[in-house]
Amino acid sequence: MDEPQLTTESWPQSYDGQAQERMGFFTDTTVCIGCKACEVACKEWNLLPDDGFIFTANSYDNTGALGSETWRHVAFIEQDVPLFEGEEDNPMRWLMSSDVCKHCTSAACLNVCPTGALFRTEFGTVVVQDDVCNGCGMCVPACPFGVIARRERDHDGRAWKCTLCYDRAKDGLTPACASACPTESIQYGPLDELRERAAKLLETVKADGFAGARLYGESPDDGVGGFGAFFLLLDEPEVYGLPPDPVDPTHRLGEMWRSAGVAGAVLVAGVAAALVGRRR
Amino acid sequence: MTERTTVDYYGRPVIKEPVWKAEIGWYFFLGGMGGASSTLALAARLAGRGVLARRATLVSALALSACPPLLIKDLGQPARFLNMFRVLRPTSPMSVGSWMLGAAGTTAGAAAGSDLLGIAAKPGEAARVAAGLLGPAISTYTAVLISDTSVPVWHEARHELPRVFAAGAAASAGAAVMLATPRSERGPARRLALAGTVAELFLTHHMEKELGTLAEPYKRGRSGWYARTAKRALTAGAVLTAIGRRRPRAGQVGAALILAGAACERFAILRAGNASANDPRYTIDPQRARAAGPLKS
Repeated sequence: MDEPQLTTESWPQSYDGQAQERMGFFTDTTVCIGCKACEVACKEWNLLPDDGFIFTANSYDNTGALGSETWRHVAFIEQDVPLFEGEEDNPMRWLMSSDVCKHCTSAACLNVCPTGALFRTEFGTVVVQDDVCNGCGMCVPACPFGVIARRERDHDGRAWKCTLCYDRAKDGLTPACASACPTESIQYGPLDELRERAAKLLETVKADGFAGARLYGESPDDGVGGFGAFFLLLDEPEVYGLPPDPVDPTHRLGEMWRSAGVAGAVLVAGVAAALVGRRR
Repeated sequence: MTERTTVDYYGRPVIKEPVWKAEIGWYFFLGGMGGASSTLALAARLAGRGVLARRATLVSALALSACPPLLIKDLGQPARFLNMFRVLRPTSPMSVGSWMLGAAGTTAGAAAGSDLLGIAAKPGEAARVAAGLLGPAISTYTAVLISDTSVPVWHEARHELPRVFAAGAAASAGAAVMLATPRSERGPARRLALAGTVAELFLTHHMEKELGTLAEPYKRGRSGWYARTAKRALTAGAVLTAIGRRRPRAGQVGAALILAGAACERFAILRAGNASANDPRYTIDPQRARAAGPLKS
């Protein structure tokens, strides 16, 4: 294996030569047609229960958000906003994007997990071991994307999220969502290859007149060290419900413990001072 | 922020709200109280105040023994609580805290048992020392735990929260030990309760000021109610505790108010986390300001 990009704290070195190429998703939203085949295929393969049959009136998005039972979520943005430059007279855009777990290089969920249920696979992805998770809930508010969630139905109580089809990957198969995607909006493969392909595609898309086109999650210098599942978006991330500058909060753990150390020392000093003086 | 200028996706939250129930609010309160009581017990022993040391040890053992059941009840899979001790993960404050709480609870219980049964005096004193040294860590690690999330009202207060938790721990430990100790021996506990309460009032005010618009959950809704109630109870409690040396009845009412106020403040912090996570503006606005950078803005 060549020197891989986006190495993590444990992949590939902890696999002692048995590490595989880091696999990931590149979701090219310019060709997403909003068919939701990815959502359905994910549920079928991973035996996920339904997440309610709710009418949201938010364009065609009746799924709402990623969650414990929803590991792909197609966002629909239907607005009177020009898609191309020069269409200001008759503005209309319909953006669609299939969201998924980002499989961060520096993954907050994994870092804060107290049981070791969350782990880094030999493919560099982040997976929950459902036989270890005790449902403490620590990963849920830690994730800067609101991906991982606790399943409350049937007293399950454990945290669930996209596994990047770990079971299929072990057999060299493409994840269910990417297999089902009819337009190759969801592309699966070695992350290094996907990143090269995406950089070239971005130039083409920009040349075609999509002024707002950008890659989201490709930079190793962002707050999560780059995504294992990254995107080509046509506007700012928050338009799609994604955070514009996500950060793994554990990056600042050192300063948090230092603050706690100082506070604890002052507490000791306060207790000692209280003992100086009268008994009553 | 009165007008909605943030670009978001149908007003939906960007991050998931914490799933923690009321048990965790009580745990923040009792863990802080138990931790600081252990430290007070050790300090009292070193200062040769045996009655105060034994009463503070008892308070700490009772408070810390209530914590594991609360934490286990809040788990999605309570039967798997032992998985907390499967590994020790330095990057996980909950993992580090579980081990520390296990050690602090065991040693505080051993010290209290030695006192009550009048047996094993030397191991009992060693346990009191160990519990006393763990006390400040137990009182503050929970602030690190909630700061180590993407919840804006917690993460952006990561420097202030440990101080607020330490002050609240001092206030509630002082108040509880004060109520548990005979009048002739309760002076140090009363002073600790008073100093902790004044510090908590000042530090929560400072935290809310530093948070700016992110502090809105402390002013509105359920978390706002808890925050206001906490301030009122702590202020009244401080006044009554201050006059409590000469008027023990007023001091006892003051201590009870301090306990109520410190508990309310923990619930204010816990529920502010839910409100902060549920409004996408709190997540997006600071990140947008950061992403825009000093050059482009």
